[in-house]
This record gives sequence, structure tokens and C-alpha cells, in this order.
Amino acid sequence: MKTFDLADESVSNLNQALHLPASGGLEFMVLNPGGKHCVAVGAVADTRITIEGHVGYYCAGMNQNAEITIHGNAGPGLAENMMSGKVRVTGNASQYCGATAHGGLLVIEGDAAARCGISMKGVDIVVYGSIGHMSAFMAQTGRLIVLGDTGDSLGDSIYEARIYVQGKPKSLGTDCVQKSMRDKHKNELGALLVQAKVSGVDISGFKRYGSARELYNFKIDNLSAY
Amino acid sequence: MCGIIGLFCKDTALESKLGQHASDMLAQMTDRGPDSAGFAIYRDQVAAGKVKVTMRIQGEKTDFVDVRSKLMQQFGNDISLKPLANHAVTVLPVDTEQAISWIEKNLPECVMTSIGRSIEIYKQKGLPADVIKQYEFESMSGTHALGHTRMATESAVTAEHSHPFSTGLDLCLVHNGSLSNHNQLREKLKNDNIKFQTDNDSEVAAGYLTWRMAQGASLNEALEAAIEDLDGFYTFAIGTRNGFAVLRDPIACKPAVIAETDKWVAMSSEYRAIAQLPGCEGAKIWEPEPATIYSWGDD
Repeated sequence: MKTFDLADESVSNLNQALHLPASGGLEFMVLNPGGKHCVAVGAVADTRITIEGHVGYYCAGMNQNAEITIHGNAGPGLAENMMSGKVRVTGNASQYCGATAHGGLLVIEGDAAARCGISMKGVDIVVYGSIGHMSAFMAQTGRLIVLGDTGDSLGDSIYEARIYVQGKPKSLGTDCVQKSMRDKHKNELGALLVQAKVSGVDISGFKRYGSARELYNFKIDNLSAY
Repeated sequence: MCGIIGLFCKDTALESKLGQHASDMLAQMTDRGPDSAGFAIYRDQVAAGKVKVTMRIQGEKTDFVDVRSKLMQQFGNDISLKPLANHAVTVLPVDTEQAISWIEKNLPECVMTSIGRSIEIYKQKGLPADVIKQYEFESMSGTHALGHTRMATESAVTAEHSHPFSTGLDLCLVHNGSLSNHNQLREKLKNDNIKFQTDNDSEVAAGYLTWRMAQGASLNEALEAAIEDLDGFYTFAIGTRNGFAVLRDPIACKPAVIAETDKWVAMSSEYRAIAQLPGCEGAKIWEPEPATIYSWGDD
């Protein structure tokens, strides 16, 4: 195990170590993150990284393959543009976590703030608590699972991402509608909850939301507007 | 980018350590605003009929010897004047209007940073750590405090352009963001006798609230109206004599986090400023909703 104490060492030194393909299989312990920005950004290999404390903006961004656990809260932009791997935060995540992320699994054990999963492109996000407004805005693909409630305008202008919510959405965004829970959706949700280590919840309590696909094509009724 | 903080004591036992905790919070926001820093502290409320004014001296003289003798000549021995670096707090036994017009006319070397019965505002160019040290923020006690670290975007880096801004009695505002209709609004408010010291956008927000409250609105009502009338990005923390409020614009891009225990309420741009407060591990922590007013103390 390699330890980086950010009270003494720079975030750049940590990140450069994580950028080496040879970091694969290694374990890293990060101490005293103290809300610093860009902690553990750009990891490339199947490294296991444990962060003890709160992180600032953009933690775990662009992650590939690594498994990153944050024991604390995360600032804005957690796991932004993640490609693969796993990121877990035991506390809350600030706004736009998982933004534009292409793959991997992001688990928030607390609440996530506004714009969770904005423009997500294949990532799976599981939030034990609630999420803020404009979450999954223009979400393209991937799954967003929320055990709590959501803020306003959930899934506004959503493409083909699937959203599962156990609680209540405050409101749905444009072109986002509730859809039926078929067996394949229940299976998908069940498997993701297992991956995210969620137990003791009843899958039948979830509702599914997705695109009404009304924005996909030009509507001839609007012709007179041009 | 800027950093803002606010700390409001719900438990009076915390008041003796307000300055220490609030200055720790402010120092944590250095990365967000290394240009200048400032803070407002509410403490030692003076009796009705008296007025407390914080002033910054500028120009060649850096002490308040002449200021003191002028004040005593005018108001007698029943005044107090406590200098702290280039700021000083004076308590005068007259009504507010009298105090303001006399200071404006007779102390041209002084700029008033706050006026009221309990507010004091200190602000200066430079790193937050230096500003905290210069004005001995750590050792101050009080009921609530707000602070700001500035990375300028809209206007010049000077002490005048630093936050907090105060345009009304015991009222102050710190702002992270930028307003887009401030010039138009400033002209409108000037017509209604709201005075401005700078061309800064945040000062207009403070002036707007003063204007609304002068018309009889409560702080909450003034903030409700601000959501309609202010255009731009903002997270505001606002202090009044007995209260503290937080408001984000309807899009809420600018960060904000609030934490509350039975002993205190704290807000900041980033969680790291709050993380070190006593009992934070048991606090209720959330990011304020867009266009939603959160307030404590008076309504």
C-alpha cells in the first residue's frame, strides 16, 4: 500500500502516480485531502484508492478502471467524465456528479445535489439518498437509480438513459415521462442495486422514468413558426 | 470565483468563539478569492438612540488622532472610538442621519463601511490570512458573522470593492456570482436615494435589499422580490441585526452548502470551510435549493 498524505504531498504527485499503467493492482491510501480539488483525477489502471476525508471539486474525474472510495463528502463534479471503474462516496456529493460520464459505477451513499448525472453517456449512478434539481438533464445512456426523492425537472430533454426512483420526483423535465416497469427493468435494477451494495429495498417500490421521444424529430405542427 | 462564509450562533455559549470559528472558515476559502477579503461581525449592540459606525481611513494619515479630536469636539466626551489598523469603530450619541451627514461632511479622510447598532465591517486587499490577522478577527466574539474572499471579475481590486457590502443599517451582503442588470438597477435605486460607493454589482444587490426594506418589507419579503428583480448568477449570504439568510438564483450554478446543528448554522461556498466546526460530524448538511430563501433569527 502506498500512502499519500496531502498535508505534505501535492495532489499532482498523487495524480501522476495514478496516471502510470504500472499502478495497476496497487493500493493507494490518501490522507488529509482537506477539501482539495482534483484529487485522484485521471487514474488509468485497476488501482484501489481509498481517500480518508472530504474532497473538493472534480475528484475522481476521467477515472478508468480504478476503484475509488471517498470516506467523506465530495465537492462539485465528482467522477466527471468517468470512463470505467467504480467511485463510491460515503457522504454527500455536490452538484453535477457523474456529469458526461461514459461508463463505470458511481455510488453516493448520502445525497447528491443539483444536476446529478447531467449529460451522462453510459455511467451507472446509484444514490442512496435524494438528488437535486435538473438531474439527468440531456442524459444519453446509462442508468440513474435514486432511493430517495428528486428535485425539479428530472430528466429534462433526456435521450435513452433510464431513471429509477423509489421516492418522489418533485417534477419531471420536458419530454421525461414515467414508464412501465417490465421484467427486464426489474432485473436490471435488481442487479445494479446488488452491485451498489444496497440491500433491504423492495424493487416494486421503484418507478421508471425515461424519454417520451417527443423532441427527437421535427414536428410538422410547428412548421408555421418558421 | 469568490468564497463566502456565514456563521450564526444559536447557542450563546458559542459567541465567545465566533471570531475564531468564522476566521477559520474564511481562511479555508483563500483559493477561491486571494485578491481581497472582508468580514462583518455583529456584536456589542449599542443602546437605542446611539449609532455605531465602522470607518476606514484613507490618504496620508493612518491613525485616528485627528478623527478622535474632531469627534470629541462635536459630540463631547460621550463618544467611543476604537481603532483597529486602518479601520475604527465609533459609537456616537446621536441619531443615524445626523451621524452620517456629519461624518460625510467633516471626515473626508474616512469611508464608512457599516452603520447600525451592532454591525462592524472590516475589509481590505490581500490574502484572507493577512486580513484576519490585521483586524484580529480570531479574537472577536459576537452573535453572527459573514465573510468573503474575492477573485474579482466585475470591477477593480480595491478595499472599496471588497465585500461585505452594507448600504443600510445593520444590513450586509456577501456575494459569489455576477449580476447582469446591475447598472440599470443602480440608476433606479439612486433615484430613490440609495447611496452607492462603487460600480460593483454586489453593492447593487445590497442596495436593492435596503430599498425594499425601507419600504417596509421584511428581509424574507425583500429576498422574494430580489428573485424577480435581480438578473444573474448569485449565491448571497445576508446579515441583519438579529438574523442571517442565504439565497441562490433560480439556476443555482454558484456553489453553496449549509450546515446546521442545535448550536449553530453555517453556510459556505464549499464544505471544507464547514468541516472543521465543532459538532459538524452530527450536523444536518445540505445544498440550498434554487430560488429558495433560508433564514434564521428575525424573519
